This record gives sequence, C-alpha cells and structure tokens, in this order.
Amino acid sequence: MRAPGPADLGECALITAATNHLLAASGEDGGFPIPSMGEFFPAPIFFEGTIFEFNRMTLVRLVATIVLVALFWVVTNRARLVPGRAQNIAEMGLDFVRVNIAEEILGKQHARPFIPLLTTMFFAIFALNITGVIPFLNIASTSVVAVPMLLAVASFVAFIYAGIKAHGAVGYLRTTLFPSGVPWPIYIILAPIELLSTFVLRPATLTIRLMANMLAGHLLLVLFFGMTHWLFLEADGALKGVGVITLGAAIAFTVFEIFISALQAYIFTLLTAVYINLSQEAH
Amino acid sequence: MLHSVTIAAGEGEVPTGIWLFIPPDYDILWSAVALVAIALLFWKKVLPTFTKILDERTELIQGGIAKAESAQAEAQEALAEYTRQLAEARAEAGRIREAARAEGSVIVAELRTKASEDAARILENAQRQIEAERQQAAQSLKAEVGALATDLASRIVGESLADSARQSRVIDRFLDELEASTADQR
Repeated sequence: MRAPGPADLGECALITAATNHLLAASGEDGGFPIPSMGEFFPAPIFFEGTIFEFNRMTLVRLVATIVLVALFWVVTNRARLVPGRAQNIAEMGLDFVRVNIAEEILGKQHARPFIPLLTTMFFAIFALNITGVIPFLNIASTSVVAVPMLLAVASFVAFIYAGIKAHGAVGYLRTTLFPSGVPWPIYIILAPIELLSTFVLRPATLTIRLMANMLAGHLLLVLFFGMTHWLFLEADGALKGVGVITLGAAIAFTVFEIFISALQAYIFTLLTAVYINLSQEAH
Repeated sequence: MLHSVTIAAGEGEVPTGIWLFIPPDYDILWSAVALVAIALLFWKKVLPTFTKILDERTELIQGGIAKAESAQAEAQEALAEYTRQLAEARAEAGRIREAARAEGSVIVAELRTKASEDAARILENAQRQIEAERQQAAQSLKAEVGALATDLASRIVGESLADSARQSRVIDRFLDELEASTADQR
C-alpha cells in the first residue's frame, strides 16, 4: 500500500484520503473494517425465529435495564430523610425531570399525573443510550427502532389522553385541527396540516430523532476506533501516525456520545411534556 | 479486530428500506419488558418513596420553623409578662412610698402638735408659778417693806411717828401709792 499525499493536506483531507484508499482495499485480506448496518442486527443467540428471539442487542438492553433497576432499587431502599451521596445524585436526577421538565412546562398542578411517565422516559432512554460508550456493551439499544417507537407510542398516548381529559374527545380534535383565531377558509389547508403534524409527524420524529442519533453515534465510534485499530496494527510506515489523529477523534466522539445520550433523553422527555402541554391548552 | 470483539455473535439479517423502521416482534417484546420494568420501578417504588421523603423533609423544615416561631412568641409573652410585673412592682413601690410619706407627715404633725401643746403647758405652768411667786414676794414685800420703812422713818423722824394710829395711816398711804405706781408700770 502507498502512503497518502503530503502531510499539509490537513486532518480531514488526510482522513478522507485514507478512508477512500482503505475502502478500495476493504474485503481484501487485512482490509479496513467498514461499519455496516449489520452492527445493529446481530445474529440471534437463543430462541431463533420465535417471539422470544434473543440477540446481542436484547442482551445489552436487558443489562442496562437490570443495572438501572438495581441502582435505583438500592438507593430507594436506603433512602433517608437526610440524604447520603448516592441519594443526593438520585434526587438530583429525579428533581431535574420533575422540576426542570415537568413542572416548568406543565405547571405544578398539571405535571403531577405525568411525572412517572416522564421520569421513566428520561431514565430509560439515558440508560439504554449510555451503553453505547460502555466497554464490552458498546452499542445503544435505542439505535434500533423498537425502543424509540414504544416510547413514542407512550408519548402519543399520553398527549392524546391529556387532550381528551382537558377538552373531551370532540373538543380535543376541534382545538387541535381547527385552532381559533384563523379565518375559516384557512382551515381547508390548516386542518390536514395539523392532523399530519400532530398525529403522524410527532411520534415519527420522536422515534427517528432518537434512533438516528444513536445509530449515527455508534457508526462514528466504530469508524474511528476501527480505523485506529487498523492503522496501528496493520497499516505500514507513516500511515501508522494517522492512527493518533483517529484515536483522538474517537475519544472526543466518545465524550460527545455521553453528552448526546443525556441530551436525547432530555429532548425526548421535554418534547413529550411540550406535546402534553399543547394538548391541555386550548388554542 | 474490534469488529469481531464488539459483535460477538456476528451479524444477523439486515433489514432494508421501510423494515428499518418496523421492529420485529421479538424486539418489541424485549423492549417492552425493559421499559415496563423501568416504568414499574419508577411508578411504584422510586417516585412514591422519594415523594414521601420530600414531603417529610418539607414538613420537618416547616415544623422547625413553626417551633421557632412558637418559641419566639413564648419568649415575647414572657417578656411582656415580666415588663408588666415590673411596672406593677414599681407602681406598688410608689404607692408604698407615698403611704409612708403621708404617714410620716401625719406623725410629724402629731408630734409637732404634741410638742407645742407641751410647750404651751410648760409655759403656762411656769407663768403660773412665776405669778404665784410674784404674789408671794409681793405679800412678803408688803409686810417687810412696811416694817422696814416704818422702822427707817421712825429712826429718821424720831419719836413722832411712834403713835401707832398715825403710823398705820402713813404706811397704808405709802403702800397704796406704791401699788398704784406698780399697776401703772405693768
């Protein structure tokens, strides 16, 4: 293999050049591993072909769930009036969802019935996201469609329930599809748009935003770590040096991915609260 | 390679197109298991426990505040009571002082009256005594002066006044003159 162009091409160009070069070499002996969608659809481990089919993704998901449940179980059982360190952290997280998301958007009175849902959403999404950067787990189980879709359905049910409870079924449809303060001919255009945006686009964007973010994050991490691995161990000569750059990028993206895990949990929960609020308020 | 490390079980069938967004049944099942477990945890255990703890904490803080307030009120009440008692005591003391002063002045007045009565009585007695002594002196003088004067005059005049009738006439006249002059002087 030939070394790429002069070093003054710049980081990006260098990586691109190396990637292009390697892409051509992929599939050959010792070629660079290209991350593919196969990452997200591992082969089944148990119960293949049944509804209980169990694969690596499912395993990671259950591990994350068990760890989250165990942590909160222990902290809750040890909860005291005067909190210790662990309880302080748990309370900080719970207060964040309750105060900064639920009560801030819905108001203290309206927030109460939705706090369990919002809290579950936030912690479940964060726990399932964060596995993407945890060694040996290394994948976020929110990067396949099932979990984001179930959560989006929960959000969908919640904001429709809130709307029907506030205005009645007919009242809710009327306030949603025919917002007041608009001259009637506009409704011809507005009603279908509102129908589409509220009942189709809201759950769809919730699902896709979460899934796509975690999927892209995982692909980036695999790309950079895989490239570093290959560059250090199998590339020849000066090309090994490029591995330092890809390693730096991989570490940076790992930190970024931790941030994204929390951010996506926050956004999903926040948007659910906002949708519930929009359903409750008359337009 | 990392690839083979992370994907221990290798790759399964990769869905394409819309099937990327339609989860297989087993994925829905296991996702639901995970989410329901987390939801039950928060809904049934974590949130009730922490809500209770937060309420208790709020109650404790409010209780502390209420206790402090009642203690302060009590202290204020005690202070008011103390001030009231102090004022009462002062008034009492004033009253007692006034009574004492009044009593004192009564006693002084009584004493003064008694003293002046005594003085008057002493003075009267003294005057009476003096009067008695004066009268006594006058009586004795009357007798002695008469004799002395007669004696002296008889010596001067000689035998002429030996006649007792004359003698007594002269003496009486002399005494009357003397008495009249004394009465004039007084």
